[in-house]
Amino acid sequence: MSTLIARVNPYLAMLGVGWLVPILKMAAGDSPSAQLRELARELGVPVAAMLLFLAVWAAVAARIETSLGALPGPSAVWAEARNLAAEHAAERSRRAEFYARQDTRNAEARAENPNAEVRVRRYTGKPTYLDQIFTSLKTVFTGFVLGMLVAVPLGVLAGLSKTVNAAINPLVQILKPVSPLAWLPIVTMVVSAVYVSADPLFEKSFITSAITVTLCSLWPTLINTALGVATIDKDLMNVGRVLKLNWPTQVFKIVLPSALPLIFTGLRLSLGVGWMVLIAAEMLAQNPGLGKFVWDEFQNGSSESLARILVAVFTIGIIGFLLDRIMLAIQAAVTHSANR
Amino acid sequence: MRHVSPALAIAAVAAACGARAEPLELEQDELKFGFIKLTDMAPLAVAYELGFFEDEGLYVTLEPQANWKVLLDRVITGELDGAHMLAGQPLAATIGFGTAAQVVTAFSMDLNGNAITVSNDVWRALKPHVPVGADGKPLHPIGAEALKPVVESYRESGRPFNMAMVFPVSTHNYELRYWLAAGGIHPGYYSPTDSSGQIGADVLLSVTPPPQMPATLEAGTILGYSVGEPWNQQAVIKGIGVPVITDYEIWKNNPEKVFGVTAEWAEANPNTHLAVIKALIRAAMWLDERDNANRREAVAMLARSEYVGADAAVIANSMTGTFEYERGDERPVPDFNVFFRYFATYPYYSDAVWYLTQMRRWGQIPEGKPDDWYAATAKAVYRPDIYLKAARLLVDEGLASESDFPWTSDGYREPTNDFIDGLGYDGRKPNAYLESLAIGLKGDDTASSNTLVTAQ
Repeated sequence: MSTLIARVNPYLAMLGVGWLVPILKMAAGDSPSAQLRELARELGVPVAAMLLFLAVWAAVAARIETSLGALPGPSAVWAEARNLAAEHAAERSRRAEFYARQDTRNAEARAENPNAEVRVRRYTGKPTYLDQIFTSLKTVFTGFVLGMLVAVPLGVLAGLSKTVNAAINPLVQILKPVSPLAWLPIVTMVVSAVYVSADPLFEKSFITSAITVTLCSLWPTLINTALGVATIDKDLMNVGRVLKLNWPTQVFKIVLPSALPLIFTGLRLSLGVGWMVLIAAEMLAQNPGLGKFVWDEFQNGSSESLARILVAVFTIGIIGFLLDRIMLAIQAAVTHSANR
Repeated sequence: MRHVSPALAIAAVAAACGARAEPLELEQDELKFGFIKLTDMAPLAVAYELGFFEDEGLYVTLEPQANWKVLLDRVITGELDGAHMLAGQPLAATIGFGTAAQVVTAFSMDLNGNAITVSNDVWRALKPHVPVGADGKPLHPIGAEALKPVVESYRESGRPFNMAMVFPVSTHNYELRYWLAAGGIHPGYYSPTDSSGQIGADVLLSVTPPPQMPATLEAGTILGYSVGEPWNQQAVIKGIGVPVITDYEIWKNNPEKVFGVTAEWAEANPNTHLAVIKALIRAAMWLDERDNANRREAVAMLARSEYVGADAAVIANSMTGTFEYERGDERPVPDFNVFFRYFATYPYYSDAVWYLTQMRRWGQIPEGKPDDWYAATAKAVYRPDIYLKAARLLVDEGLASESDFPWTSDGYREPTNDFIDGLGYDGRKPNAYLESLAIGLKGDDTASSNTLVTAQ
């Protein structure tokens, strides 16, 4: 039993539920006093810190008077979160009515002319908060995957060849620190000029935001991949040479597996950067995700606006945290298998 | 082949109304329109919410835009099919000031609806120069003469006097400039090499998107601004500024926003365009119906976060026929927002010409142009022919009456002198009008970075 607990321990810690361990140990019959102390540290301290944060926030917020009223405290933000959920439900029922109306119209059209061509048109109402979250996730993953497709091969090349590395290194160093806000106008203009289609599959604003995410997020993957490949054990490479493996086999059987842990470290950093950049990109590109939500609420300037923006702040934070955990779990799994 | 069912839907509606019109064959029925968060986008929200678009078989998505430049660019690139635009935007785009493109309008969205607000400090300094009425309140309209000593005291102490408007070709820019110049304050010229519009200026004007106006004023970056509602009433209610004058008092029933589409789009989708204009006319009629009886309902609509999103109380302040100046000084301005009466939705050439004269006056049009150029440009951009076609369809369907529209107009309003300074304007004689304005370019004048070159 205790060996089992020891084995799941790292995974629980990784998921942020390390406080389950002392409970499990107590259940398995370990001395309660030591485990309770452990539990207090693992669970009690974070919970207390969170409560303290909420209390300080509530106290300070009430004193900060803005032209949109006092800065909202935790209860106002919670109320607004519930409000957003209610709006989501209301919008969904409006959508159902929209489709019902359309069905009636289509039925009438068919009654009048059995050969009438009827189509179902997409709902025209506003995206709800939940829709906006999914738009943001879709955008960030598109940008992230595009970045990965560029950064990993380039990183492998740079890691294998000192010449390639010397060639791209200055460019990487110069482009890496550029803010999304600087890229965006250029990306917007290029996308408008290049992405011309009568019936586009994707919105331009979506492409613009995704490419901006790509440009800002590919660097950590590129650098870590190059580092991972460059630091592969020389013996392994020599084995490949002795066996006279051809080039693709060498890359896929030796180079990539050995460099995986660092590649994933890079990917995890990239996804973090991408998520952070996305919000700014969406604000300016008007891609209908969380960034646009924040921007629109700022523009609304109603007495609920600040509370709604704070709901978005926490949503962004929690999603960013979850994305990081997922990548960390994948990274740990990969590292584990690579070390085996 | 998308047109059959909506056409039948229209026929069904028309039949229900007791008249039967020829159904329009729509080229496109899924449309996306952009707007800026201002109360004068109301016709779009109303047409959507009350199902006027759907009655025409149109499935319209409305999307707020970050600022006027983004909005115009997205209409030009085709991301938006049409948008709520500043009256100056289609004109400026067509003559190539700013982004160049052929943009047309067949629907004027409203009259009036803007005001000029100054910060509390400036108001305190300005108030002693304002005559007081019998009731002890400041006498309105307040001319910029009262602001002049304040601007001078800023200059003497070496501080710039900054004010904001929403866009270089916005109605707000021209109204603010008109007001300042009428009071003897120079708002500055534009020139081909200097697009700041601050050549020779006593007051430095710059661009701020409407919803950010109150925050920018509060931050002290600007001392006043000219903007549409609800952003002036927002300043009153948040206690950060005082509106001094509404645009109704600067020019009674001045034309404001228009509904703009690219010429290319209008060409490719003539029936869809007609259907859109029909829905918008119905929305405008609803907004002004029975002496603004529906305005409360409209306010509730606009207060929703997907439209204007400001508090209903703020929006209601100006939408329901009153306007609050200083906190507590609420006065009736029944025509502050006009959506339909006085033929507000008809796109008059004379309105286009007035905007062109102001572009010339302040150097956005760098050289003098003959009178017929003004008329030709107005005709290329303003399309009363499309408007009247849509109106005719509505009358035939029994949804509007004959007397609602100026059928016989040649596109020019009667000459008027309803301006704060009482000067007369005749849209047929733009150059004579420019001559009559004390401050401003006229004839063949040009403005260059340091000096004003007056032609011989």
